[in-house]
Amino acid sequence: MESTANRACGVHGARLNLVEYAVNFSDSHAPLTKPQALIEAERCYYCYDAPCTTACPTSIDIPSFIARIAQGNERGAAKAILEANPLGGMCARVCPTETLCEQACVRNTNEDKPVEIGSLQRYATDALFDAPGAPLFTRAPSTGKRIAVVGAGPAGLACAHGLALRGNDVVLFDANAKLGGLNEYGLATYKTTNGFAQKEVDWLLSIGGISVRCNQRLGRDMTVDSLLASYDAVFLGIGLSGVNTIGIAEPQAEGLRNAVEFIAELRQAHDYSKVPVGRRVVVIGGGMTAVDAAVQATKLGAEDVTIVYRRGASAMSASVVEQRWAQTNGVKIRHWSAPREVLCDDGKVTGVRFVMTSQRADGGITETDETYDLPADMVLKAIGQTYTADHAGAHIALQSGRIATDEEGRTNVGRVWAGGDCRFGGRDLTVEAVEHGKVAAQSIHAALNGA
Amino acid sequence: MADISSNFLGIKSPNPFWLASAPPTDKEINVTRAFEAGWGGVVWKTLGEDPSVVNVNGPRYSTLMSQDRRVIGLNNIELITDRPLQQNLDEIRRVKRAWPDRAMIVSLMVPCVEESWKRILPMVEDVGADGIELNFGCPHGMSERGMGAAVGQVPEYIQMVTEWCKHYSRLPVIVKLTPNITDVRMPARAAKRGGADAVSLINTINSIMGVDLDTMAMHPSTGGWGSHGGYCGPAVKPIALNMVGEIARDPETAGLPISGIGGVTTWRDAAEYIALGCGTVQVCTAAMVYGFKIVQDMCDGLSNFMDAHGYKTIEEFRGKAVPTVKDWKQLNLKHVDKAVINQESCIQCGRCHVVCEDTSHQAIFYKKGDNGERRFEINEAECVGCNLCVSICPVPETISMRTLAVGEVDARTGIQVTGEYGNWTTHPNNPQCLVAAQA
Repeated sequence: MESTANRACGVHGARLNLVEYAVNFSDSHAPLTKPQALIEAERCYYCYDAPCTTACPTSIDIPSFIARIAQGNERGAAKAILEANPLGGMCARVCPTETLCEQACVRNTNEDKPVEIGSLQRYATDALFDAPGAPLFTRAPSTGKRIAVVGAGPAGLACAHGLALRGNDVVLFDANAKLGGLNEYGLATYKTTNGFAQKEVDWLLSIGGISVRCNQRLGRDMTVDSLLASYDAVFLGIGLSGVNTIGIAEPQAEGLRNAVEFIAELRQAHDYSKVPVGRRVVVIGGGMTAVDAAVQATKLGAEDVTIVYRRGASAMSASVVEQRWAQTNGVKIRHWSAPREVLCDDGKVTGVRFVMTSQRADGGITETDETYDLPADMVLKAIGQTYTADHAGAHIALQSGRIATDEEGRTNVGRVWAGGDCRFGGRDLTVEAVEHGKVAAQSIHAALNGA
Repeated sequence: MADISSNFLGIKSPNPFWLASAPPTDKEINVTRAFEAGWGGVVWKTLGEDPSVVNVNGPRYSTLMSQDRRVIGLNNIELITDRPLQQNLDEIRRVKRAWPDRAMIVSLMVPCVEESWKRILPMVEDVGADGIELNFGCPHGMSERGMGAAVGQVPEYIQMVTEWCKHYSRLPVIVKLTPNITDVRMPARAAKRGGADAVSLINTINSIMGVDLDTMAMHPSTGGWGSHGGYCGPAVKPIALNMVGEIARDPETAGLPISGIGGVTTWRDAAEYIALGCGTVQVCTAAMVYGFKIVQDMCDGLSNFMDAHGYKTIEEFRGKAVPTVKDWKQLNLKHVDKAVINQESCIQCGRCHVVCEDTSHQAIFYKKGDNGERRFEINEAECVGCNLCVSICPVPETISMRTLAVGEVDARTGIQVTGEYGNWTTHPNNPQCLVAAQA
């Protein structure tokens, strides 16, 4: 039943009726039915040295898993996925497939309609998680080695899984109460419904040999040095705990907050009507976080939601598909505007003043002298997160503000590896973090066991 | 985890998937690549006497494609190996040494002269082959030289050559059968009489792929002329399954080991051949269409299928479907099926209706629903359970057959289902009706 949202100004919950919340935060993309999956799987050409596999950061053997779906062998399909990417279920939901595997699909040449690899990957992994059956993977005999994995996001989970698989014992630390990192706290609710993130974590841990320590923060409850003293190696998958400032004065006013906190609050909410949202919302930024925050604001009943970005559409790190998703969900996107001032009245946000920008010949951005105001009672900052060096300590060498590593993830400190968003040189993708963790696990195992 | 290894005539291989004697098994480089990809064994492309044969320098292959451009049939006018005998033997020796756990069968075709077989058999034994396969089936080029299908079509020749091979070699002998005959049981029985350890089938089927209507020449052609080729691939699987089933259930050949060949593309095809009694399956077209990696999907699928059904080894389900293959006269005429359309998944294309209306029993209503929407419904008063609609429906699992339960009345005949068995031999309409007691 569609009804009028509560239009009260300010930041309020309960703008919609409960039925609408349920609809708005259900699965954004319905999973494929069996007939759909078969028809789609049969479109795959089973390419040699497949471009989609090359485009996948974790190099999933996509033609094989799709062929197995077509052959009614869903378990084999899931195995092909998960042996390359133990978080293949979440990646199927959140990967920007339109710029990775599906962009590389050869069917684009004549049809502009790639095989729906992401949907098929979800179909296969869902089938497995719905009926796990016998373990897909069995651990190698014990090596007697113990490794501390710090951070249970995609990188840490993949690393822990890879190490446990090879017979090592892993202790997995995380600062939060639940495992999963961004999978649990940083993704839009409608991307991962029905507690999927935890289901996936449970499956991943079921390999055995991984003990979990939650609410343990590096730098507070333990240090890299203390871990090195009691473990054979350390993997840092600690993500980005800092948030970029918007570069202007940020008043202590009700309604101004970080988009990541807003997203995390929604992910942990049992009752969406209790999550307050503005009537008019401005999101500053141009990435996936900005889109996730903005779209969810509309789904909470905000009347007017605008993403404002300082460059043009093509420079946004949110993919074209994500931008369209925002626009078709009632979010307006304004380009070429930088925040100049957060407008407040009586301790509450009332809007943001933006200055129009233009691009110089060298590609840089210049502020013009034209400004405009956008009224807003909620302003979400989504201009990227930063690596906080204090947690791991100053002796870990950085590059452009993130941890410097070699190809395998080795840091400058002996027996310490790092991966995921905290590591320099990535695109901040879940699937890349998984690859970092996977490769680091191979590297750590080889270093410790000479194999 | 199921054990998918096979032991065929004492020849062990890690899985039942062998590459058939064909272009993929012609050279060391190919076979090595195949073993690296995981194939359980190969039948090395047919060896013959020197001087080696000469292939045409034009098209050797041609395919039949379905509308979605999937290869469903492949035709070839290749001959046996066109390389010197010794070169092949040297390569076979090296490959078998490098891959001792894989099956290495050598296919042979020499003239129907005892001396020829006596000469070549020790050479093959000497290189370490696990078994030999007699190529009595090549339908083109070789049969014109009195070999291949020419032999396979004469049971006496099959028996004679098989006897020579058993006499001059200690290796297991597999006789490969041609489908270009009237009754496959005859050559199979001849092979068994000759002492064959196994038969493999089918070889390829005589075929012409098409005609180029602009040039009015058969297609493909070499300089405007073509000749019939051997047809294989998914399209021949039903023909091959029937022949396998005939040999498996023929009292004279029952129990004779069979290596199944013909259109094996997925684990499912292989499982079907095994269910009809085959101990191994041989693959060529699927590899020539997709490359060697497919064997991994085949092994994985077969293993998962066996796990799901609780089969620990291939032997546990091998031949399980053979007793279900009967003569038509044995089928139960008192059993009644009706089609059922799942209205939830029906996409209202109407093809079931038109084919039933035009070509069958007028048993599917074309209706307009309350809001003018298309709707297709089974008319049980006309449905004979022929399965045509099920067979042509483009949407998976949308039209199925249900069996009338005991006590239900067939709306078409008004006869109540009793659950009793009664076939044509006892039916009153049969002029040669046997009394029930003798059935």
